[in-house]
Amino acid sequence: MGALGHYLEEEGVATTQISLVREHTETMKPPRALWVPFMLGRPFGVPNDAAFQRRVLLAALRLLEAPGGPVLEDYLEEAPHPAGDEVEGFACPVSFSRPPVEGGLAGALQNEIAELAPWYDLARKDRGRTTATLSGLTPEVAAQFITNFIADPSIPGYRDDLTPVLALRLVCQDLKAYYLGAVAAQPGARAAFEAQKWFWHDTAANEVFFKLRDACLGSEDEMVQRFGAKGVVPMAITPSPGEQT
Amino acid sequence: MVRLADLAQPEREHLIAKNKELAGFGGRPWATGPSLGRRRVAIITTSGIHRVGDRPFADGAAATDYRVIPGSVSAGDLVMSHLSSNFDRTGFQQDINVVFPIDRLKELAVEGAIGEVADYHYSFMGAAPVRSLEPKARQLAGLLKKDRVDAVLLTPV
Repeated sequence: MGALGHYLEEEGVATTQISLVREHTETMKPPRALWVPFMLGRPFGVPNDAAFQRRVLLAALRLLEAPGGPVLEDYLEEAPHPAGDEVEGFACPVSFSRPPVEGGLAGALQNEIAELAPWYDLARKDRGRTTATLSGLTPEVAAQFITNFIADPSIPGYRDDLTPVLALRLVCQDLKAYYLGAVAAQPGARAAFEAQKWFWHDTAANEVFFKLRDACLGSEDEMVQRFGAKGVVPMAITPSPGEQT
Repeated sequence: MVRLADLAQPEREHLIAKNKELAGFGGRPWATGPSLGRRRVAIITTSGIHRVGDRPFADGAAATDYRVIPGSVSAGDLVMSHLSSNFDRTGFQQDINVVFPIDRLKELAVEGAIGEVADYHYSFMGAAPVRSLEPKARQLAGLLKKDRVDAVLLTPV
């Protein structure tokens, strides 16, 4: 981010920026930066809170009027926690009565997708949009592609215009967006990390993604291997070697 | 919140290690301009968002590409194909403005807090090595000037 600022300024275009990782900004010394204490992925703090977003935006833009620099200012207003954040032991209202399921893990995954469908539909209607459309596949077909890949990594892709690794990444992102979009529509606002915790600990999809990671790591395609190492399971979730399933 | 001390150890170590490639940028010239109320502002995000139907962001040489986001874009037209799985996407699912504050920027223009909103905004995918973005950034500077932009809001994810 800071590098873009330096290059643009050298070309005569003034910049101001949001900083999410203060240590990086301290090193790069861009002309004007506002460090914000928000989670990665939310540079303007709070979704659906226009007043909050406006305050952050204005604070960043006002740095353009600083008489000298570089300026690195701290934004001290924390993002408020949703009510659900106070609840210990997050539990998803949808009960995934998984084992035993016909079709094994692939069947369990399809069951989950079906059980979440009403919530996904509600989220899509309420927001007027969905972000689970990168692959162009339905969640069911995306899930089937992933479980088929786990069974046989040499299966052909689903679109000619996508490399194998891109095809995999897009179905993974779509499936996560489907799950997290659906659960966010259920009663009770939840902190993002609690939804992540649910996805990565309490779902069949979690097991599928760990198996996908292993399948990718065993691929002969270096890009697919790299995706398996870094792109399937977040770093914060990846267990130490002794804990791996 | 993103205080390194609050992150899981692998994330913390990853971000600390990345700091090494960020050194050596200090002391460069910086641009000035009119008062904020007269500025024409564009957003450049490194969140890897783009319009539905645009080519998704890819790894390798293509990682330095950018996508154009017209100021008239609607929320339903924006998706995110950033490579990283290490940041929250649920905020963006709920409200694009938590990543790409286009509606807030338009409101500030109506109020007169800024001069105008640019016709075009741009999106990179922030997983690319920082110095690899230089050619595209300098190219964008020319396009921004043609759009009469004299202030850019840079925002990460």
